Amino acid sequence: MLEGKDLACVRGERTLFSHLNFILREGELLLVQGANGSGKTSLLRMVCGLLAPEFGDILWRGEKIGAVREGYHAEMAYFGHAPAVKEDLTAFENLDFACRLAGNPQGRDEVEGALGHLGLGHCLNLPAKSLSQGQRRRVALARMLLVKARLWILDEPLTALDQAALQLVQSLIGEHLQQGGMALLTTHQPVAIAGVEPRILKLTP
Amino acid sequence: MSMLQTVLALLRRELTLAMRRRGDVLTVLFFFVIVASLFPLGVGPDAKLLRLMGGGVVWVAALLAAMLSLGRLFANDYADGTLEQLVLSPAPPVVWITGKILAHWLVSGVPLILMAPVLGVQYGLSSEALGVLVFSLLLGTPVLSLIGAVGAALTLGLRGGGVLVSLLVLPLYIPVLIFGAGAVDGAMAGLGAEAHLSLLGSILILAFLLTPWAVSAALRISIE
Repeated sequence: MLEGKDLACVRGERTLFSHLNFILREGELLLVQGANGSGKTSLLRMVCGLLAPEFGDILWRGEKIGAVREGYHAEMAYFGHAPAVKEDLTAFENLDFACRLAGNPQGRDEVEGALGHLGLGHCLNLPAKSLSQGQRRRVALARMLLVKARLWILDEPLTALDQAALQLVQSLIGEHLQQGGMALLTTHQPVAIAGVEPRILKLTP
Repeated sequence: MSMLQTVLALLRRELTLAMRRRGDVLTVLFFFVIVASLFPLGVGPDAKLLRLMGGGVVWVAALLAAMLSLGRLFANDYADGTLEQLVLSPAPPVVWITGKILAHWLVSGVPLILMAPVLGVQYGLSSEALGVLVFSLLLGTPVLSLIGAVGAALTLGLRGGGVLVSLLVLPLYIPVLIFGAGAVDGAMAGLGAEAHLSLLGSILILAFLLTPWAVSAALRISIE
Protein backbone atom coordinates (compact mmCIF):
# COMPACT_ATOMS: atom_id res chain seq x y z
CA MET A 1 0.00 0.00 0.00
CA LEU A 2 1.25 3.43 -0.98
CA GLU A 3 0.20 6.43 1.00
CA GLY A 4 0.84 10.15 0.63
CA LYS A 5 0.29 12.26 3.71
CA ASP A 6 -0.11 16.01 3.71
CA LEU A 7 2.28 16.48 0.79
CA ALA A 8 3.39 19.89 -0.40
CA CYS A 9 5.51 20.78 -3.38
CA VAL A 10 7.30 24.09 -3.89
CA ARG A 11 9.21 24.82 -7.08
CA GLY A 12 11.12 28.05 -6.99
CA GLU A 13 8.87 30.53 -5.24
CA ARG A 14 5.62 28.89 -6.25
CA THR A 15 3.61 26.39 -4.25
CA LEU A 16 2.33 23.82 -6.73
CA PHE A 17 0.18 21.88 -4.30
CA SER A 18 -0.17 21.45 -0.56
CA HIS A 19 -2.09 19.29 1.94
CA LEU A 20 -2.32 16.52 -0.63
CA ASN A 21 -3.38 13.11 0.65
CA PHE A 22 -3.86 9.86 -1.22
CA ILE A 23 -3.95 6.12 -0.66
CA LEU A 24 -3.25 3.49 -3.31
CA ARG A 25 -4.06 -0.14 -2.50
CA GLU A 26 -3.38 -3.38 -4.36
CA GLY A 27 -5.31 -3.59 -7.61
CA GLU A 28 -6.08 0.12 -7.71
CA LEU A 29 -5.36 2.80 -10.26
CA LEU A 30 -4.79 6.38 -9.22
CA LEU A 31 -5.18 8.93 -11.97
CA VAL A 32 -3.43 12.23 -11.34
CA GLN A 33 -5.09 15.10 -13.15
CA GLY A 34 -4.38 18.77 -13.43
CA ALA A 35 -3.51 21.50 -15.88
CA ASN A 36 -0.02 21.90 -17.34
CA GLY A 37 2.33 23.06 -14.63
CA SER A 38 0.10 21.91 -11.78
CA GLY A 39 2.80 19.59 -10.46
CA LYS A 40 1.81 16.19 -11.84
CA THR A 41 5.33 15.22 -12.82
CA SER A 42 6.70 16.68 -9.58
CA LEU A 43 4.26 14.54 -7.60
CA LEU A 44 5.29 11.42 -9.48
CA ARG A 45 8.98 12.16 -9.03
CA MET A 46 8.27 12.70 -5.35
CA VAL A 47 6.54 9.36 -5.07
CA CYS A 48 9.53 7.72 -6.82
CA GLY A 49 11.97 9.29 -4.41
CA LEU A 50 13.70 11.49 -6.99
CA LEU A 51 12.38 14.66 -5.41
CA ALA A 52 12.11 15.35 -1.70
CA PRO A 53 8.69 16.71 -0.66
CA GLU A 54 8.73 20.18 0.84
CA PHE A 55 6.39 18.90 3.50
CA GLY A 56 4.70 15.61 4.36
CA ASP A 57 5.60 11.94 3.96
CA ILE A 58 5.22 9.17 1.43
CA LEU A 59 4.70 5.78 3.02
CA TRP A 60 5.20 2.36 1.43
CA ARG A 61 3.53 -0.37 3.50
CA GLY A 62 3.40 2.06 6.41
CA GLU A 63 7.07 3.09 6.34
CA LYS A 64 8.66 6.20 4.91
CA ILE A 65 10.11 5.48 1.48
CA GLY A 66 13.46 6.98 2.48
CA ALA A 67 13.78 4.43 5.28
CA VAL A 68 13.00 1.38 3.10
CA ARG A 69 14.60 2.70 -0.11
CA GLU A 70 16.12 -0.52 -1.41
CA GLY A 71 13.04 -2.64 -0.84
CA TYR A 72 10.79 0.07 -2.22
CA HIS A 73 12.82 0.60 -5.39
CA ALA A 74 12.95 -3.15 -5.95
CA GLU A 75 9.13 -3.15 -6.12
CA MET A 76 8.68 0.05 -8.09
CA ALA A 77 9.10 0.85 -11.76
CA TYR A 78 9.09 4.38 -13.14
CA PHE A 79 8.25 5.44 -16.66
CA GLY A 80 9.28 9.06 -17.09
CA HIS A 81 9.31 11.65 -19.85
CA ALA A 82 12.65 10.42 -21.13
CA PRO A 83 12.35 6.78 -22.18
CA ALA A 84 15.79 5.78 -20.75
CA VAL A 85 16.66 4.00 -23.99
CA LYS A 86 20.28 4.26 -25.15
CA GLU A 87 20.51 5.05 -28.85
CA ASP A 88 23.70 3.09 -29.41
CA LEU A 89 22.39 -0.12 -27.86
CA THR A 90 19.91 -2.52 -29.41
CA ALA A 91 16.44 -2.92 -27.95
CA PHE A 92 17.54 -6.22 -26.42
CA GLU A 93 20.68 -4.74 -24.84
CA ASN A 94 18.67 -1.87 -23.41
CA LEU A 95 16.10 -4.16 -21.82
CA ASP A 96 18.67 -6.72 -20.68
CA PHE A 97 20.55 -4.01 -18.80
CA ALA A 98 17.37 -2.55 -17.31
CA CYS A 99 16.38 -5.99 -15.95
CA ARG A 100 19.81 -6.62 -14.46
CA LEU A 101 19.79 -3.17 -12.89
CA ALA A 102 16.43 -3.92 -11.30
CA GLY A 103 17.97 -7.10 -9.88
CA ASN A 104 15.72 -9.23 -12.04
CA PRO A 105 17.72 -10.69 -14.98
CA GLN A 106 15.59 -12.15 -17.77
CA GLY A 107 16.41 -14.54 -20.58
CA ARG A 108 16.44 -13.60 -24.26
CA ASP A 109 13.07 -15.33 -24.78
CA GLU A 110 11.37 -13.28 -22.08
CA VAL A 111 12.74 -10.06 -23.53
CA GLU A 112 11.64 -11.06 -27.02
CA GLY A 113 8.23 -11.99 -25.63
CA ALA A 114 7.77 -8.63 -23.95
CA LEU A 115 8.84 -6.76 -27.07
CA GLY A 116 6.54 -8.94 -29.16
CA HIS A 117 3.72 -8.11 -26.80
CA LEU A 118 4.24 -4.46 -27.64
CA GLY A 119 4.50 -5.16 -31.36
CA LEU A 120 8.27 -4.75 -31.59
CA GLY A 121 9.31 -8.41 -31.86
CA HIS A 122 11.22 -7.68 -35.07
CA CYS A 123 13.23 -4.86 -33.45
CA LEU A 124 15.05 -7.04 -30.91
CA ASN A 125 18.48 -6.54 -32.50
CA LEU A 126 17.99 -3.13 -34.04
CA PRO A 127 19.95 -0.23 -32.54
CA ALA A 128 17.54 2.07 -30.74
CA LYS A 129 18.61 5.04 -32.85
CA SER A 130 16.84 3.45 -35.81
CA LEU A 131 13.57 3.35 -33.83
CA SER A 132 11.03 6.16 -33.86
CA GLN A 133 10.09 8.10 -30.71
CA GLY A 134 6.91 6.08 -30.34
CA GLN A 135 8.81 2.83 -30.74
CA ARG A 136 11.33 3.89 -28.11
CA ARG A 137 8.49 4.54 -25.72
CA ARG A 138 7.22 1.06 -26.47
CA VAL A 139 10.64 -0.34 -25.58
CA ALA A 140 10.41 1.55 -22.30
CA LEU A 141 6.96 0.03 -21.73
CA ALA A 142 8.40 -3.43 -22.39
CA ARG A 143 10.79 -2.68 -19.54
CA MET A 144 7.79 -2.15 -17.24
CA LEU A 145 6.55 -5.63 -18.14
CA LEU A 146 9.95 -7.26 -17.63
CA VAL A 147 11.08 -5.87 -14.30
CA LYS A 148 7.95 -7.28 -12.64
CA ALA A 149 7.44 -4.42 -10.23
CA ARG A 150 4.37 -4.19 -8.04
CA LEU A 151 3.97 -0.44 -8.28
CA TRP A 152 3.99 1.26 -11.67
CA ILE A 153 4.53 4.99 -11.79
CA LEU A 154 3.68 6.19 -15.28
CA ASP A 155 4.21 9.77 -16.39
CA GLU A 156 2.21 10.41 -19.56
CA PRO A 157 2.55 6.87 -20.91
CA LEU A 158 0.00 7.49 -23.64
CA THR A 159 1.70 10.31 -25.51
CA ALA A 160 3.38 9.62 -28.86
CA LEU A 161 1.56 6.29 -29.21
CA ASP A 162 -0.71 5.24 -32.06
CA GLN A 163 -4.33 4.17 -31.60
CA ALA A 164 -3.55 0.45 -31.37
CA ALA A 165 -0.82 1.05 -28.81
CA LEU A 166 -3.15 3.20 -26.72
CA GLN A 167 -5.53 0.26 -26.38
CA LEU A 168 -2.64 -2.09 -25.72
CA VAL A 169 -1.12 0.02 -22.94
CA GLN A 170 -4.49 0.36 -21.24
CA SER A 171 -5.03 -3.38 -21.37
CA LEU A 172 -1.51 -3.95 -19.99
CA ILE A 173 -2.28 -1.65 -17.07
CA GLY A 174 -5.55 -3.57 -16.58
CA GLU A 175 -3.70 -6.92 -16.44
CA HIS A 176 -1.15 -5.47 -14.04
CA LEU A 177 -3.92 -4.35 -11.70
CA GLN A 178 -5.69 -7.70 -11.90
CA GLN A 179 -2.52 -9.40 -10.72
CA GLY A 180 -2.60 -7.27 -7.60
CA GLY A 181 -0.39 -4.51 -8.91
CA MET A 182 -0.81 -0.79 -8.36
CA ALA A 183 -0.49 2.04 -10.82
CA LEU A 184 -0.11 5.77 -10.51
CA LEU A 185 -0.74 7.51 -13.79
CA THR A 186 -0.81 10.96 -15.30
CA THR A 187 -2.39 11.58 -18.66
CA HIS A 188 -4.38 14.14 -20.57
CA GLN A 189 -6.17 11.47 -22.55
CA PRO A 190 -9.31 9.66 -21.45
CA VAL A 191 -8.51 6.36 -19.78
CA ALA A 192 -10.85 3.39 -20.04
CA ILE A 193 -9.62 0.21 -18.42
CA ALA A 194 -12.05 -2.68 -18.26
CA GLY A 195 -13.14 -3.64 -14.76
CA VAL A 196 -11.26 -0.80 -13.09
CA GLU A 197 -12.73 2.38 -11.74
CA PRO A 198 -9.78 4.76 -11.51
CA ARG A 199 -9.55 6.99 -8.49
CA ILE A 200 -8.96 10.58 -9.47
CA LEU A 201 -6.50 12.88 -7.75
CA LYS A 202 -6.94 16.48 -8.82
CA LEU A 203 -4.03 18.83 -8.32
CA THR A 204 -4.97 22.38 -7.43
CA PRO A 205 -2.77 25.04 -5.88
CA MET B 1 26.41 -10.75 -4.88
CA SER B 2 23.74 -8.79 -6.62
CA MET B 3 25.86 -5.64 -6.16
CA LEU B 4 28.70 -7.26 -8.06
CA GLN B 5 26.27 -8.25 -10.80
CA THR B 6 25.03 -4.67 -11.03
CA VAL B 7 28.59 -3.40 -11.42
CA LEU B 8 29.40 -6.06 -14.02
CA ALA B 9 26.26 -5.33 -16.02
CA LEU B 10 27.05 -1.61 -15.90
CA LEU B 11 30.68 -2.16 -16.94
CA ARG B 12 29.59 -4.30 -19.85
CA ARG B 13 27.11 -1.70 -20.99
CA GLU B 14 29.58 1.19 -20.69
CA LEU B 15 32.27 -0.70 -22.60
CA THR B 16 29.79 -1.68 -25.33
CA LEU B 17 28.76 1.96 -25.63
CA ALA B 18 32.42 3.02 -25.82
CA MET B 19 33.05 0.46 -28.56
CA ARG B 20 30.12 1.81 -30.56
CA ARG B 21 31.32 5.38 -30.11
CA ARG B 22 35.04 4.88 -30.63
CA GLY B 23 35.34 8.47 -31.87
CA ASP B 24 34.85 9.80 -28.33
CA VAL B 25 37.67 7.65 -26.98
CA LEU B 26 40.02 8.49 -29.83
CA THR B 27 39.36 12.24 -29.51
CA VAL B 28 40.65 12.22 -25.95
CA LEU B 29 43.70 10.16 -26.93
CA PHE B 30 44.60 12.42 -29.87
CA PHE B 31 44.13 15.48 -27.68
CA PHE B 32 46.63 13.97 -25.23
CA VAL B 33 49.17 13.35 -28.01
CA ILE B 34 48.75 16.78 -29.58
CA VAL B 35 49.05 18.72 -26.32
CA ALA B 36 52.21 16.81 -25.42
CA SER B 37 53.63 17.42 -28.92
CA LEU B 38 53.07 21.19 -28.75
CA PHE B 39 55.71 21.84 -26.09
CA PRO B 40 58.82 21.01 -28.16
CA LEU B 41 57.50 23.32 -30.86
CA GLY B 42 57.10 26.09 -28.31
CA VAL B 43 60.32 25.79 -26.31
CA GLY B 44 62.65 24.62 -29.06
CA PRO B 45 64.49 21.35 -29.73
CA ASP B 46 66.99 21.47 -26.86
CA ALA B 47 67.32 17.78 -25.89
CA LYS B 48 68.49 18.48 -22.36
CA LEU B 49 65.62 20.86 -21.63
CA LEU B 50 63.06 18.48 -23.13
CA ARG B 51 64.38 15.59 -21.06
CA LEU B 52 63.98 17.70 -17.93
CA MET B 53 60.40 18.71 -18.62
CA GLY B 54 59.19 15.48 -20.29
CA GLY B 55 57.54 13.95 -17.22
CA GLY B 56 55.74 17.15 -16.30
CA VAL B 57 54.50 17.76 -19.85
CA VAL B 58 53.05 14.27 -20.18
CA TRP B 59 51.35 14.67 -16.81
CA VAL B 60 49.82 18.06 -17.65
CA ALA B 61 48.60 16.69 -20.97
CA ALA B 62 47.04 13.70 -19.17
CA LEU B 63 45.31 16.06 -16.75
CA LEU B 64 43.78 18.11 -19.56
CA ALA B 65 42.77 15.03 -21.54
CA ALA B 66 41.10 13.49 -18.49
CA MET B 67 39.14 16.70 -18.01
CA LEU B 68 38.02 16.72 -21.62
CA SER B 69 36.38 13.34 -21.15
CA LEU B 70 34.40 14.31 -18.04
CA GLY B 71 31.53 15.78 -20.02
CA ARG B 72 30.39 12.33 -21.11
CA LEU B 73 30.47 10.78 -17.67
CA PHE B 74 26.91 11.58 -16.60
CA ALA B 75 25.57 14.00 -19.21
CA ASN B 76 24.37 11.40 -21.74
CA ASP B 77 22.68 9.31 -19.07
CA TYR B 78 21.07 12.45 -17.69
CA ALA B 79 19.71 13.51 -21.07
CA ASP B 80 18.13 10.17 -22.03
CA GLY B 81 16.66 9.34 -18.62
CA THR B 82 19.02 6.47 -17.83
CA LEU B 83 20.41 8.34 -14.84
CA GLU B 84 16.94 8.45 -13.25
CA GLN B 85 16.67 4.70 -13.70
CA LEU B 86 20.09 4.21 -12.10
CA VAL B 87 19.08 6.36 -9.13
CA LEU B 88 15.84 4.37 -8.81
CA SER B 89 17.55 0.98 -8.96
CA PRO B 90 17.58 -1.04 -5.74
CA ALA B 91 21.41 -1.11 -5.74
CA PRO B 92 23.08 1.38 -3.38
CA PRO B 93 24.10 4.51 -5.34
CA VAL B 94 27.75 4.23 -4.27
CA VAL B 95 27.94 0.83 -5.98
CA TRP B 96 26.85 1.88 -9.45
CA ILE B 97 28.65 5.22 -9.18
CA THR B 98 31.89 3.37 -8.50
CA GLY B 99 31.09 1.16 -11.51
CA LYS B 100 30.57 4.17 -13.73
CA ILE B 101 33.82 5.81 -12.60
CA LEU B 102 35.68 2.55 -13.14
CA ALA B 103 34.26 2.32 -16.66
CA HIS B 104 35.25 5.94 -17.30
CA TRP B 105 38.80 5.19 -16.23
CA LEU B 106 39.00 2.07 -18.40
CA VAL B 107 37.80 4.02 -21.43
CA SER B 108 39.61 7.33 -20.98
CA GLY B 109 42.42 6.71 -18.47
CA VAL B 110 43.90 3.41 -19.63
CA PRO B 111 44.51 4.56 -23.25
CA LEU B 112 46.51 7.50 -21.86
CA ILE B 113 48.66 5.15 -19.78
CA LEU B 114 49.34 3.00 -22.83
CA MET B 115 50.24 6.01 -24.96
CA ALA B 116 52.42 7.75 -22.33
CA PRO B 117 55.62 5.71 -22.88
CA VAL B 118 55.60 6.63 -26.58
CA LEU B 119 55.48 10.32 -25.68
CA GLY B 120 58.06 9.81 -22.94
CA VAL B 121 60.51 8.26 -25.41
CA GLN B 122 60.16 11.29 -27.65
CA TYR B 123 61.18 13.49 -24.74
CA GLY B 124 64.20 11.27 -24.19
CA LEU B 125 63.21 9.93 -20.77
CA SER B 126 65.42 7.13 -19.42
CA SER B 127 63.92 3.66 -19.29
CA GLU B 128 63.69 3.84 -15.51
CA ALA B 129 61.87 7.17 -15.71
CA LEU B 130 59.51 5.71 -18.33
CA GLY B 131 58.60 2.90 -15.94
CA VAL B 132 57.95 5.40 -13.15
CA LEU B 133 55.88 7.56 -15.53
CA VAL B 134 53.62 4.63 -16.41
CA PHE B 135 53.32 3.54 -12.80
CA SER B 136 52.55 7.07 -11.60
CA LEU B 137 49.85 7.40 -14.27
CA LEU B 138 48.47 4.01 -13.22
CA LEU B 139 48.04 5.36 -9.69
CA GLY B 140 47.09 8.90 -10.71
CA THR B 141 44.61 8.61 -13.58
CA PRO B 142 41.99 6.78 -11.45
CA VAL B 143 42.17 9.75 -9.06
CA LEU B 144 41.52 12.07 -12.00
CA SER B 145 38.38 10.08 -12.87
CA LEU B 146 37.24 9.93 -9.23
CA ILE B 147 37.67 13.65 -8.51
CA GLY B 148 36.41 14.57 -11.97
CA ALA B 149 33.21 12.61 -11.32
CA VAL B 150 32.38 14.93 -8.42
CA GLY B 151 32.77 17.95 -10.70
CA ALA B 152 30.78 16.32 -13.48
CA ALA B 153 27.95 15.46 -11.07
CA LEU B 154 27.86 18.96 -9.59
CA THR B 155 27.68 20.71 -12.97
CA LEU B 156 25.15 18.31 -14.47
CA GLY B 157 22.43 20.10 -16.42
CA LEU B 158 24.02 23.54 -15.99
CA ARG B 159 24.60 25.86 -18.91
CA GLY B 160 28.31 26.16 -19.65
CA GLY B 161 28.96 23.17 -17.42
CA GLY B 162 32.05 22.27 -19.46
CA VAL B 163 33.97 25.42 -18.47
CA LEU B 164 32.69 25.31 -14.93
CA VAL B 165 33.85 21.75 -14.46
CA SER B 166 37.41 22.75 -15.37
CA LEU B 167 37.38 25.56 -12.82
CA LEU B 168 36.08 23.18 -10.16
CA VAL B 169 38.25 20.21 -10.93
CA LEU B 170 41.64 21.54 -12.07
CA PRO B 171 42.63 22.98 -8.66
CA LEU B 172 41.80 19.63 -7.09
CA TYR B 173 44.02 17.89 -9.63
CA ILE B 174 47.08 19.84 -8.44
CA PRO B 175 48.27 17.37 -5.75
CA VAL B 176 48.05 14.53 -8.27
CA LEU B 177 50.11 16.56 -10.74
CA ILE B 178 52.73 17.47 -8.13
CA PHE B 179 53.30 13.93 -6.95
CA GLY B 180 52.94 12.33 -10.38
CA ALA B 181 55.40 14.64 -12.12
CA GLY B 182 57.56 14.67 -8.99
CA ALA B 183 57.91 10.88 -9.14
CA VAL B 184 59.23 11.08 -12.71
CA ASP B 185 61.61 13.91 -11.79
CA GLY B 186 62.87 11.92 -8.84
CA ALA B 187 63.59 8.94 -11.04
CA MET B 188 65.39 11.17 -13.58
CA ALA B 189 67.56 12.71 -10.87
CA GLY B 190 68.35 9.31 -9.41
CA LEU B 191 66.66 10.17 -6.11
CA GLY B 192 64.06 7.41 -6.32
CA ALA B 193 60.34 7.78 -6.77
CA GLU B 194 59.03 5.76 -3.83
CA ALA B 195 58.02 8.71 -1.67
CA HIS B 196 56.01 10.37 -4.42
CA LEU B 197 54.43 7.12 -5.54
CA SER B 198 53.31 6.15 -2.04
CA LEU B 199 51.74 9.56 -1.56
CA LEU B 200 49.98 9.14 -4.91
CA GLY B 201 48.79 5.72 -3.77
CA SER B 202 47.36 7.12 -0.56
CA ILE B 203 45.57 9.87 -2.50
CA LEU B 204 44.06 7.13 -4.66
CA ILE B 205 42.80 5.17 -1.65
CA LEU B 206 41.37 8.30 -0.06
CA ALA B 207 39.65 9.38 -3.30
CA PHE B 208 38.28 5.87 -3.86
CA LEU B 209 36.73 5.81 -0.41
CA LEU B 210 35.32 9.34 -0.33
CA THR B 211 34.41 10.58 -3.81
CA PRO B 212 31.60 8.09 -4.61
CA TRP B 213 29.68 9.44 -1.62
CA ALA B 214 30.23 13.01 -2.77
CA VAL B 215 29.10 12.07 -6.30
CA SER B 216 25.98 10.43 -4.88
CA ALA B 217 25.07 13.57 -2.94
CA ALA B 218 25.83 15.82 -5.92
CA LEU B 219 23.71 13.72 -8.29
CA ARG B 220 20.79 13.81 -5.88
CA ILE B 221 20.90 17.60 -5.99
CA SER B 222 21.40 17.82 -9.76
CA ILE B 223 18.60 15.41 -10.57
CA GLU B 224 15.96 17.26 -8.54
